[in-house]
Amino acid sequence: MNGWRRRGELLVGTLSGREAGLLRGMVGQIRDLLAARVAASPQDELAELTGIIAGPTTAPPDRVLARLLPDFHREDTALSGGMRALHEPELVATKDSAAGVVLDTCPAGGGRVRLSEEQAQAWLTALNDVRLALGTVLEVTEDMPDELRSEDPRAPHLAVYHWLTWVQESLIQALVST
Amino acid sequence: MTTPVELEQTQVDPAPDLVADETVTEDRPWLTIVWNDPVNLMSYVTYVFQQLFGYSRDKATKLMLDVHHKGKAVVTSGSREKVEIDVAKLHGAGLWATMQRDT
Repeated sequence: MNGWRRRGELLVGTLSGREAGLLRGMVGQIRDLLAARVAASPQDELAELTGIIAGPTTAPPDRVLARLLPDFHREDTALSGGMRALHEPELVATKDSAAGVVLDTCPAGGGRVRLSEEQAQAWLTALNDVRLALGTVLEVTEDMPDELRSEDPRAPHLAVYHWLTWVQESLIQALVST
Repeated sequence: MTTPVELEQTQVDPAPDLVADETVTEDRPWLTIVWNDPVNLMSYVTYVFQQLFGYSRDKATKLMLDVHHKGKAVVTSGSREKVEIDVAKLHGAGLWATMQRDT
C-alpha cells in the first residue's frame, strides 16, 4: 500500500495480497467478537414478539469488547446499564456493518480499492476498531516506541498496529483533501 | 381484561424548598465528555467532531487539542436525550465518551 489518493468523488488505494489478507482477517475477527457478544446475550420471547431488542446491562468482561462498547457514565452504573441496554444493539450493528463494507470492497487477493466517501468513512470506523482492539491487547501507550526489541513477543504485532495507523491516517488525509 | 395504567397522579404540593431544589437540578444540563486515549489519532478525532457535530475545522481541532492536553473535553451539552445520542454516536466512531450532569 502506497497510501490513499482522492480521485474526484472516489478514494483510491492499492493493497498487496498479504496486506489484504491481514486486514480482512483482523476485520473478520472484530465481527466474530461482536457476534459472540450478541450470542452471549440471548433475547427473550418478549423481544421476539415486540421486535424491540434490549442489549445487556453490564459491560463485556473481555477487555477488547469493553473498549469497543464502552460505558455511558463513569460512576453511575444504573444509568450506564440502562443506556447500554438501549444503545448496544445498534452500536454492534454499526460496527458490524462497517466491517462488512471493508470485506465487500477489499479484494481477498489484494489489488485496487475504490471507495465512495461513505464507504471510506466505514473503512475509517473499521480500521479504528481493529486498532482499538490491537492497541488494547498490546497495551499501547502514547509514548509507544516505533519498534520493540526483537525478543519482545509483541514486536511483530506492533508493526501491524503501526501499519494500520498509517493506512488510517492516509485515508483521513485523502478524505479531507479537496 | 385490563385497563390502561392510571397515569394521572393526585397533585400533592411539595414543600417550597423542594421546589427550589428541583428547579436548580432541572437547569443543570448534561455534558458529553470525550476522554484522551492512546489509540485514537488526532486527525481522526478532529474529523469525527466535524462529521458528527458539524463543527468547523478550527473548533474541532481546538476540542481535539483539549482532549489531548487536558485529558478530556466537553464536546456537546444539552438535554439528557441529546447527550445520550451524542455519546452513542461517538462510541460508534470508536471514541471514548461518557455523559455526566454539569456540576
